[in-house]
Amino acid sequence: MFVYMDHTATTPVSPEVLNAMIPYFSDVFGNPSSVYSFSRKSRGAIEKARKQVADALNADTSEIFFTGSGTEADNWALKGTLEKGKIAGKNHIITTSIEHHAILHTCEYLKKVEGADITYLPVNSEGMVSVDDVRNAITDKTAIVSVMFANNEVGTIQPIKEIGALCRERKIPFHTDAVQGAAHLDIDVKAMNIDMLSMSAHKMYGPKGVGALYLRKGMRPENFIHGGAQEKGRRASTENLAGIVGFGEAFEILKGRLNEDKAINSSRRDRLIAGILERIPHAKLNGATGDNRLPNNINFSFIGVEGETLLLDLDAKGISASTGSACSSESLDPSHVLLALGLKHEMAHGSLRFTIGRLTTDEHIDYLLEVLPEIVARRRAMSPLWEDYLKSIGEK
Amino acid sequence: MALDYSQKVMDHFINPRNVGEIENADGVGEAGNPKCGDIMKIYLKVNPDTKIIDDVKFKTFGCASAIASSSMATEMIKGRTIEDAWNLTNNAVAEALDGLPPIKMHCSVLAEEAIHTALNDYREKHGMPVIPMEHHED
Repeated sequence: MFVYMDHTATTPVSPEVLNAMIPYFSDVFGNPSSVYSFSRKSRGAIEKARKQVADALNADTSEIFFTGSGTEADNWALKGTLEKGKIAGKNHIITTSIEHHAILHTCEYLKKVEGADITYLPVNSEGMVSVDDVRNAITDKTAIVSVMFANNEVGTIQPIKEIGALCRERKIPFHTDAVQGAAHLDIDVKAMNIDMLSMSAHKMYGPKGVGALYLRKGMRPENFIHGGAQEKGRRASTENLAGIVGFGEAFEILKGRLNEDKAINSSRRDRLIAGILERIPHAKLNGATGDNRLPNNINFSFIGVEGETLLLDLDAKGISASTGSACSSESLDPSHVLLALGLKHEMAHGSLRFTIGRLTTDEHIDYLLEVLPEIVARRRAMSPLWEDYLKSIGEK
Repeated sequence: MALDYSQKVMDHFINPRNVGEIENADGVGEAGNPKCGDIMKIYLKVNPDTKIIDDVKFKTFGCASAIASSSMATEMIKGRTIEDAWNLTNNAVAEALDGLPPIKMHCSVLAEEAIHTALNDYREKHGMPVIPMEHHED
């Protein structure tokens, strides 16, 4: 059995999306920037996709700019806004300690190259940013506030509307990385006071290599990709025609079934969480519960075992999952997100993330609940840390 | 990345040899710490006359390469004298596993350290001079 439980890493392109894309590789291949009538079809397809994305966010088509990825959208928003801000003497960025590396590493770059001041806001034990902390961090030098819509590792949904209102009142551009949020939640950029929003197609059953940045009317970050006059002169390079068509289609389909998906995902999510807590002793759920958590995210720490070990054991059983352990990465530090939630290193090393989605069935949940307890128990039995832990709580 | 392990590493990870503890072990050694994500504990049973390691067991918290390194290292010192066992290097463990990814080499270092610590524990308990150990940062 192939049990894919890593929908947050990426999703398969849905058949409807693929069908919509196919004509735009070899049949309708004209460069959208060309003058002849053949290229009008390409331009038309891009404008249709732009409307699909705009409608999904309650934005205007003139506010949607296609990019090569969510990461590019994040880079553009932060770098372009800071560069603009610096002209007015503003070099301060407020963000959080749980952002994706697309934000964190961009901030590090801006600190190094532009001398930007960065405030990384803390989160509570559930991974939630406080609006008061944002308020207290704002200075007259603040050029941009960037807070992710929902966290990719633990799924905590942030108080975006409130932070947006605060920034609007203080006239500070507010950006949100909604790469995960847009794939699962109803986002209305107007009602939520969002100035800039990054998203990515491949998290929502669209193709890889295409994303978008929503820029509210009046938002003019400096350009990030320089070259031709595409995207109204704001983002150069020949458009990823088929990719953009796929993105538009994927987002429209996603919005059409959002409530249905949300209900089924959160019910499976809660069944999996309850099942793990019931079957595996000393399992700790990371992140929030209920409506404050992405409907498809399950993240646990199992004291005494290391995440990569569990991933490989699960892989041997046909289950694909993810971990915040350092052992699955190129660094020796565990997930910055789990550490920001206050987890000890050994708990962060022992984390597993399951993210469900359209490929998930009820049988998958049953199967995971059947095999995971054995895997954790077997690896714990060979762990000196588990033994020490049991002694420390007087169970051995 | 995570799955680029040799077949030998995967074999020793899936079916680790010599897992467990030895009650009243003659020497016990631990290396690593939870912060870096790996802890290895080695138990030795040494023949008092021949100084041959009759039995060795391990318990390890860590990734697949840490478990495989422990398993391989214990196999390599079992049946050897304590002097011989001291000379087992981390590179020899890694080679026996058909190599480890560069980022995982510290796992084999940990195995060498845990064995040295256990051997020194044995030496100390049996009135033999302790051998100075090289300490590694990771």
